[in-house]
Amino acid sequence: MGDIKQIFNKYPEAGRDNLIPLLQDIQSAEGFLSKESIVEVGSFLNMPSSKIFGVATFYNQFRFQPNGKYHIQVCRGTACHVLGSATVLQEVEKQLKVKAGSTTRDGLFSVEVVACIGACGLSPVISINGEFYAKVTAASIAEIIESYKTKEEE
Amino acid sequence: MSRIKGNIDSILLDKVVGKDAKTKLPLLKRERVEKPVIYVGAGTCGLGAGAGKTLEEIKTYLDTNSIDAEIIEVGCIGLCAAEPIVDIQLPNYNRVAFKNVTNDKVENLLNSLFNYELPKEIEVLYQFPTEKNKSWENVSSFSEYPYFRKQKRIVLQNCGSVNPVNIDEYIALGGYSSFLSTINTYESAEVCDMVVKSGLRGRGGGGFTTGVKWKFALNTPSEQKYLICNADEGDPGAFMDRALIEGDPHRLLEGMMIAAFGIGATKSYVYIRAEYPLAIERLNIALKQAKEYGLIGKDIFGSGIDFDIKVKMGAGAFVCGEETALIKSIEGQRGMPIPRPPFPAVKGLFGKPTIINNVETLACLPEIIPNGVEAFSSIGTEKSKGTKVFALSGKVVLTGLVEVPMGTTIREVIFGIAGGIPNNKKFKSVQIGGPSGGCITEENLDIEVDYDSLIKIGAMMGSGGLVVMDEDTCMVDIAKFLMDFIQRESCGKCIPCREGTRRMLEILESITHKPIDASHNEALERFKGITQLEKLGKVIKETSLCGLGQTAPNPVLSTLKWFREEYEEHIFDRKCRANVCTELRTFTIDVDKCTGCTTCAKECPTNAIIGSRKSPHFIVDDKCISCGTCYDVCKFDSIVIS
Repeated sequence: MGDIKQIFNKYPEAGRDNLIPLLQDIQSAEGFLSKESIVEVGSFLNMPSSKIFGVATFYNQFRFQPNGKYHIQVCRGTACHVLGSATVLQEVEKQLKVKAGSTTRDGLFSVEVVACIGACGLSPVISINGEFYAKVTAASIAEIIESYKTKEEE
Repeated sequence: MSRIKGNIDSILLDKVVGKDAKTKLPLLKRERVEKPVIYVGAGTCGLGAGAGKTLEEIKTYLDTNSIDAEIIEVGCIGLCAAEPIVDIQLPNYNRVAFKNVTNDKVENLLNSLFNYELPKEIEVLYQFPTEKNKSWENVSSFSEYPYFRKQKRIVLQNCGSVNPVNIDEYIALGGYSSFLSTINTYESAEVCDMVVKSGLRGRGGGGFTTGVKWKFALNTPSEQKYLICNADEGDPGAFMDRALIEGDPHRLLEGMMIAAFGIGATKSYVYIRAEYPLAIERLNIALKQAKEYGLIGKDIFGSGIDFDIKVKMGAGAFVCGEETALIKSIEGQRGMPIPRPPFPAVKGLFGKPTIINNVETLACLPEIIPNGVEAFSSIGTEKSKGTKVFALSGKVVLTGLVEVPMGTTIREVIFGIAGGIPNNKKFKSVQIGGPSGGCITEENLDIEVDYDSLIKIGAMMGSGGLVVMDEDTCMVDIAKFLMDFIQRESCGKCIPCREGTRRMLEILESITHKPIDASHNEALERFKGITQLEKLGKVIKETSLCGLGQTAPNPVLSTLKWFREEYEEHIFDRKCRANVCTELRTFTIDVDKCTGCTTCAKECPTNAIIGSRKSPHFIVDDKCISCGTCYDVCKFDSIVIS
C-alpha cells in the first residue's frame, strides 16, 4: 500500500476529475486494480467505492486481475482484420491454450484484444509488453512466442 | 496595437540563436551540418518495423569505427510501407533517405555512405535538395518522389523531417511566430473571423465550420473557458493524429495556443489515447520545452495573456470521441454522452463554455492565422477548404499517410499515390471514416472527395482512415466486424444503440453462421434478415442519443446498398464468394487423393468423418461444422473446399 500513498501525494488537491489519472497511475504501478486499492482511492477522494468500480469497469483500460509477465495485445482494428488478424488471434490462443482476456496458468502470458494500436500501416500487428511486431502471420506467431519461452527458460 | 514589447519577429529567435544567427540558424534548419547526421524514422510504425534494432546497430557501428555523428529520432514521414527509413546527411551533401533499413543492412549502408557512395543493395528513396550542398546523382528529390509529388503537405510538413523533441528546430523553421504575432496584434473576435473566412472545418468527423463554433464560446460570457484537443483517435484504421503528435508535437501546441486565444480560454486539455505511449511521451517533452521558453504559462511574453495545457490520458472507450462523453471522462465520470443542447460551446467542461477540436484541425491553424487565410481558402473545393490527411491501410501497396487537397479523388489517392492493390488483385471497396463511415465502391472512386460529396454517397469523412479492400474481402464479414466493434463500444445509455446494434449483429451472425438445425423456422428468420436490418438501421439512426449511435448502422446500410448481392448470396445460396465466412464453406474429400491415413477422422471435433483405414474417407455433411481442422491436418491435399 506504500506505493498508493506515494501516488496520492502526487495529487495534493485531488477532486473527482483526478479519479481516472489516479486509477491509471495505480494500475501502472501495481499491474491491476485490486479491491483494496479501490477502497483506498474511495476514502482518499471521499467517494463510495461502488462509484469508483462503476467508472473503472466502464473503461477498457482497467483490469481487475494481474496480467501475465508478458502481456500480448492483439490488434483487431479494421485494417488488421482485413489482413487476417482473426487467424492471428486464433493462433495466439491456440499456442498459449488460453482465451483472450485471460492469463496462462504459469502466469507467463496474458492475451488481450485491443481495438486499434494505430500502426495500421503495418497490419496485422501485435504488441508484447509494448514492443511491436508488425505484419505477423500464424507462422511467425509461433516463433515469437517460442522466443519468449526460451528466454524465460534461460 | 501591440501587447508584446520588443521586436515581435525576432524575440523568439533571439532566445534560440542569440547573436550567432548567421551560423546557428542554417544548422538548426539543417541546411548545413558540421558532422554527419543520421535520422531514423522512429514513430510507432518505424519501431514496429524494427527501427529500434536499427538504432542500436547504428550506435554500435559509430562506436566501433569511432565516427562522430549525430543520431536523431524523427517521427513518421508517412511512408509506413518503407519503414524503417534511415536518412543520412553528410557535411556538404544533401540529406538522402533509404528504404527498409533493418539492422542487418546498417553496416553495408554506413560503409558505403561514409565513402560518399550510394550502397548497391539498399533502395534509395529521395533526397532533400538544398542550395549549397552537393546532390546525389540519380536520386529523386523529395518533392518529385512519386508518393509525395501529388501530395500537398501542410499539416504534415515537418513530420519525419525535424526532430520532434527539439523546440529550437521548430522555432528556426518559423514556429510559434504565428502565435506570437496573433496575440500581439489581433483581438479574439478577429481571430474567429479569420478562421471563418478561411473555411476551415472540423477534421474529426462531422465537418462543422470551426470558426462558427468558436464564436459560440467567445460570445458566451464566463469567467473561465476551456479548450480541449481531441486526440482520442479511436477509429480503427486512422492514425494521423498519432503520427502528427509523434512527428511534430509543437505544431499541435501552437495550434492550441491560437485556438485558446481565439475563444478566450486560459486552460486547456489534450485528451489522448493511452494506447499511444510514444505520442504521450513526446507531447509531454514538447510541453515542458514550451513552458521553459515562456510560451505557456502566466503573462506570456508580457502580453498579459495566460495559458495552460494539461495532458489527460483516455482510458480506452471509443464513445469518448463524442464531445459530451469526452467531457464526462475528463470530469472523472463514465464516458456517457448527454443530450445537446446545451452545446459544449455554451455549457461544457465543469459547466463552462468549452471548445473541442480535433488534432488535425488545430494543427492547421499555425498556417492559417494570421497571414495564411487566403492561401488556405484557395486550396480545396467550394465548401471544403484546405487539405486532408488520409491514413491508408489494408490491401494497398504503399500504406501510410497521405495529405492531399480537398477534392482529390479516391482513385488518385489509392492508385495514383499509393500504388494500387498488391498481387494483381481486383479492387473491391474502401471503408472510409471507420465504424461510423461507409464504403466507396469502384463506381464512386472518381468523386471529388469533400465533406458533402461523401455524405451524398452514404459515407462520411470521419477522421479520414481509408481501409482498402480487394476481392478477397467479404463485405458481409466487414459489416459484421464493424457492428461487433460498435455494439461492444456502445456506452449503454440509450436503448436504440445498446439493444439495436446488438440485434443487428445477431442478424449478421445468423446469415454467416452454419445453421445448426434447418428444420425449424431458422431459415425463414434468416430470409427476413435483410428487411429487418434496413428497418432496424433506420430506427437506430433516427432515435439514438449521440453521434456514435446515429452513425452506428452506417457500415451495414452502406454495404447493403452497394453489395446487396453479396448479402443475398449469403442468405439464399449459403455461399461466401470471398471464402471468408468459414462456416459457409463445405468440405469434401477427394477420393483419388485420400490414402485413408485416418488423421482427419481422429482430429475432427464432431466425428463427422467416417471411413476405414487405408480406404478413402467421407465427410457427413450434417455433422460437419466447417471448422477446417481436416483441411489443416491433411498431408495429401485431399480435402476440397467449396
